[in-house]
Amino acid sequence: MMAAFILVCSVILLLQFFVSYCRSLIAASVREQISQEVQEVTGMTRPATEEEFARVVQLLQLCPERPEERGEISLIRTYFRMLGVIRSTIARVVPSLERWASTERGQCTHFVAVVLGRRIAFSRNLFAQQMGG
Amino acid sequence: MPGLVEYVVWSLCTLLEAAVVVCALKRGAFRKYIFLNVYMAASVLVSVVRFDILHQYGLTSSQYVYFYYYTDALLTIFLYFALASLFSCVFSEMHAEQYVKLGAVLLLCGTALFSYAVVYQSQAKLVTHFVVELSQNLYFVGLVLTYVLWGAVLKLRETRTRLIQLVLSLGVYFSLFAANYALRNLYPSMNSVLQFLPPLFACFLPAAWTYAFLRIPEDARLAPARLAVIR
Repeated sequence: MMAAFILVCSVILLLQFFVSYCRSLIAASVREQISQEVQEVTGMTRPATEEEFARVVQLLQLCPERPEERGEISLIRTYFRMLGVIRSTIARVVPSLERWASTERGQCTHFVAVVLGRRIAFSRNLFAQQMGG
Repeated sequence: MPGLVEYVVWSLCTLLEAAVVVCALKRGAFRKYIFLNVYMAASVLVSVVRFDILHQYGLTSSQYVYFYYYTDALLTIFLYFALASLFSCVFSEMHAEQYVKLGAVLLLCGTALFSYAVVYQSQAKLVTHFVVELSQNLYFVGLVLTYVLWGAVLKLRETRTRLIQLVLSLGVYFSLFAANYALRNLYPSMNSVLQFLPPLFACFLPAAWTYAFLRIPEDARLAPARLAVIR
């Protein structure tokens, strides 16, 4: 009985903490504009939509990786998938959740687009250094 | 003996714990978050000694089992004080540090007494049982306290991004461990699968804290109301 109570409490609190933590990662990128380059490469609209997420991630994987971004990208991808699960399950019963999940997934796309912009700039610098050296 | 995957996860976790201390020193945040860093430094030390004992005596030896559970309880107490120090940071402007310290010590003593009472009623009145019981109870108390702290962050409109991320990652960490302990109690037959999860969960906290020290400047601010799931 006690273990079941702890399990239920922990899962509910885990979801709350995880969502808030992912939002805190995304929050910093929300203020950043998506670069012109990224918009041209991806053909993204403003504001970013959830449908564009997979395409931006594919492009992200083509760019040389910056080690410090590896963890946060995996976490945001997990968050994006989790929101997808929420939308296709609980949101069918609670319609307001669908709009919320959709907005959140759009912000995840914005986040990866900002990272893509940084990676393009990083690759440019790397290329310029090699040419210079 | 643990397999290759277990060794890789263990090494990764130890490296990440060391990275927290290095990044905090590099960013000049070591003293400000001294208890968090002491906990991480102690974790690295314990990891190295555990590895040495494992190789000398083996996984099933009483030396390793005793050392593992005693240091686990000690580390949980360190983490508990790290959490209390985060309370102090959040309540610093209210000059309530003394009350926070007193409350933390009283709660720790209360949890220890409760754990002792549980063990005292059981048939095997072993000190080791007390150590395991204390560790498990502290994880759940830690989870509840982190939730209270998160509530205080929202209520007091705390805006320091680094502090917010430290609190939230601690919340995720405690919830993962508390859920794992509860699942193991509910379904003992799943122990063989569930026992592989804690080392993976253990990597999350040092990774998140390394990120917070390395990438988030001390003066970065955000509106905590934007992060709340329930308003």
